[in-house]
Amino acid sequence: MDFVYSHYNYWIAIFLMMVGFYTVISRGNLIKKIIGLNIFQVSVFLLYISIGTVAGGAAPIITQGVTLYSNPLPHVLILTAIVVGVATTALALALVVRIKEAYGTIEEDDIHRQDQTL
Amino acid sequence: MIQNNLSLLLVVIPLVAAPIVAILPRGRLPWFLTLVVTFVCAALAGMQLWTIMANGAISYELGGWAPPWGIEYRVDVLNALVALIVSGVAALTLPYALLSAEKEIPEHQIPLFYGAFLLCLTGLLGITQTGDIFNVFVFLEISSLSSYALISLGRQRQALTSAYQYLIMGTLGATFFLIGVGLIYSQTGTLNMMDLAQRLPELTGLKTVHTGFAFLMIGFALELALFPLHLWLPNAYTYAPTVVTIFLAATATKVALYVMLRILYTVFPNGFVSSTPTGDLFVLSGIAAILSASFYAIYQVNVKRLLAYSSVAQIGYMALGIGLASAKGVTATIIHLFNHALMKGALFMAVGAIIYRIGACRMDNIHGLGRQMPWTFGAIVIAGLSLIGVPGTAGFVSKWYLVLAALEQQAFISVAAIMVGSLLAVVYIGKIIEALYFKPVAEANLAVKEAPMLLLTPTWVLVIANIYFGLNTTFTVGIAEHAVRVLGVAAK
Repeated sequence: MDFVYSHYNYWIAIFLMMVGFYTVISRGNLIKKIIGLNIFQVSVFLLYISIGTVAGGAAPIITQGVTLYSNPLPHVLILTAIVVGVATTALALALVVRIKEAYGTIEEDDIHRQDQTL
Repeated sequence: MIQNNLSLLLVVIPLVAAPIVAILPRGRLPWFLTLVVTFVCAALAGMQLWTIMANGAISYELGGWAPPWGIEYRVDVLNALVALIVSGVAALTLPYALLSAEKEIPEHQIPLFYGAFLLCLTGLLGITQTGDIFNVFVFLEISSLSSYALISLGRQRQALTSAYQYLIMGTLGATFFLIGVGLIYSQTGTLNMMDLAQRLPELTGLKTVHTGFAFLMIGFALELALFPLHLWLPNAYTYAPTVVTIFLAATATKVALYVMLRILYTVFPNGFVSSTPTGDLFVLSGIAAILSASFYAIYQVNVKRLLAYSSVAQIGYMALGIGLASAKGVTATIIHLFNHALMKGALFMAVGAIIYRIGACRMDNIHGLGRQMPWTFGAIVIAGLSLIGVPGTAGFVSKWYLVLAALEQQAFISVAAIMVGSLLAVVYIGKIIEALYFKPVAEANLAVKEAPMLLLTPTWVLVIANIYFGLNTTFTVGIAEHAVRVLGVAAK
C-alpha cells in the first residue's frame, strides 16, 4: 500500500493517460476526440514533472544555503511540449471548423455515411 | 564556413525561408524562392554526404555548448543519405509543383502552401540532422503539423477528414514517443543519443527501459505506418494534393524508418533487438503488411489509393529487413529505403500528370490514356516494373538483398512472403497498365494530350534513376554497407 501512496502522482498520470486515450478511441464527436487528445498529452506533462522531482530538493532557483535542487530540465522540455500541444489543438480545431463547413456535422458516423453515399 | 556549418544550414535555410515565402505576394515568386531553397538544400546535403564519406561522422555543437549538455547535431552516413533523399526529392518535386499546384490549389493559398512545404522540409531534415532524442520529437511535430495542413489542401472534402484522422494518429504517435523519451530519460539522465548509447547497455535489465523502448517503437511505428498502424496513410495519400503525396510518400516514411534504425542500433545496444521479441514482431508485421496491403491494393479503383496501399506493403519489406536483425537484413532495408523513394516518387508523379490532364485518376477515367500520353505511360511501366522488382531496375536490387538476408537465416516464410508480394504487385501494376493501354479511350478524353515538359522531366529523372541504380549498385549498396558498419549491426 505504501508503494501505491508514495507514487500517487504516477497513478494520476496513468489514470489521465487512459481516460484521454479511451476518449480519443471511443468518441465519435470530433471535438470530444480533441479533448481526449489534450487530456492524454497533459498526462505526459505530469509524468515529466514527476520525473524531475528530487526527494527533498528545492525549486531550481539558486538560493543561498540550498544545496539540493529539483531537476529543471524536464520542466523545460515540457514547456516545449505544451507549445506543441497548443499548436496541435489549434490546427485540429481549425480542421473541425472546415469539416463542419464541408459536411454540416462533426459526428464521425454522419461524415462516414455522407462519404459512402457519394 | 559553409563546410563547417553544413548540418545547421540544412535546417536553418528552409526554416527561415518558410515565413518569407508565406508572406510573398501571389504569383510565381513563392514557388521560385522555394525552388531555390530546395536546390540549395539538395546541394548542401550532397556535399554533406560526400564530406562524411571522406572524413567520417560530423558532430556540430549548437551554440558552442559541448554535448551532452548542449544539443548536438550528429550526422553519419545513414542520416546523410536520408537527408540527401529528403532534399533531393524536394528539389525534384518543386519543378513539378509549379503547374500541378496551380491546378489543384486555390490561388490565394499558394504562398501558404509553399510556406508549409518548407516547414515540412525543415522538420524532416531536422530529424535527420539532430543527435538529441528530444529534438527528434520537436522536429517530428514540425513536419507532422505542416503535413496535416498540406494534406487538408486537397480539393475534395475528404482531404479534411483524412487530415484530421492523420492528425489524431500522428499526435498519438508523437506523444507515445514523448512518453518513451521521458521514461528513458528518467533512468539515464541524458537525451543525447551518443551519451544514451554509452549509458544504456548496463541498464537494459530495467523494466522502465523496456517500457520506454516499447513506447518509442510504437510511436514511430505510427509515423511509419507500419502494419497494423497504417490506417491513416491510404486516405491521406489519396486526398492530398498530388505534389504533397509525391513528397510525403518519398520522404516522410523514410525519415521515420531512419529514426527506428537509429534507436534500435545506435541508442540501444546491438544485442537488444535479438534478446527481446522486437525482431520477431517486425518480421510478423512486415509479412502481414506485404500480404494484406498488396491484396488490398488489387481491389482499389482509385490509382492514388492503390499506390498508397502499395506503399504500406513496401514499408513491410523494410520492416522485414529490420526484423531479420542481421547486417544483410539492415543493408537491404537501407537500400530499399533509397530505391522506394525513387520508384514511388516516379509513380506518383506520373499519376499526377494524368490528374493534371483529366482531373481524376479512377480506373474507369483513365481508360486508353496510355496511348495518348506515351511518355507518362512509359514512366508508369518502368517505375511499375521497378516496384515489382524486375531485374535491371532498382526494385530488383533491394528485393535481391532482402531475399539473401532471409535465406541466410532460413527464414523461408519471409522469402515466400516477398515472392507472393511481388506477384501481387504484378497484378496491381498490371491493372493500371491494362486500364491505360488496352481499354478503349472514353470519348470525353479523345482530346487529351501528353503532359507538359515541366511535369515529365522530373518524372523521367526519377525513372532513369530507377534504371541506373538497378544496373549500377556501387553507390546504393556501398553506402548501405558503410551505414551498417557504422551502426555496428552484427552479421548472422
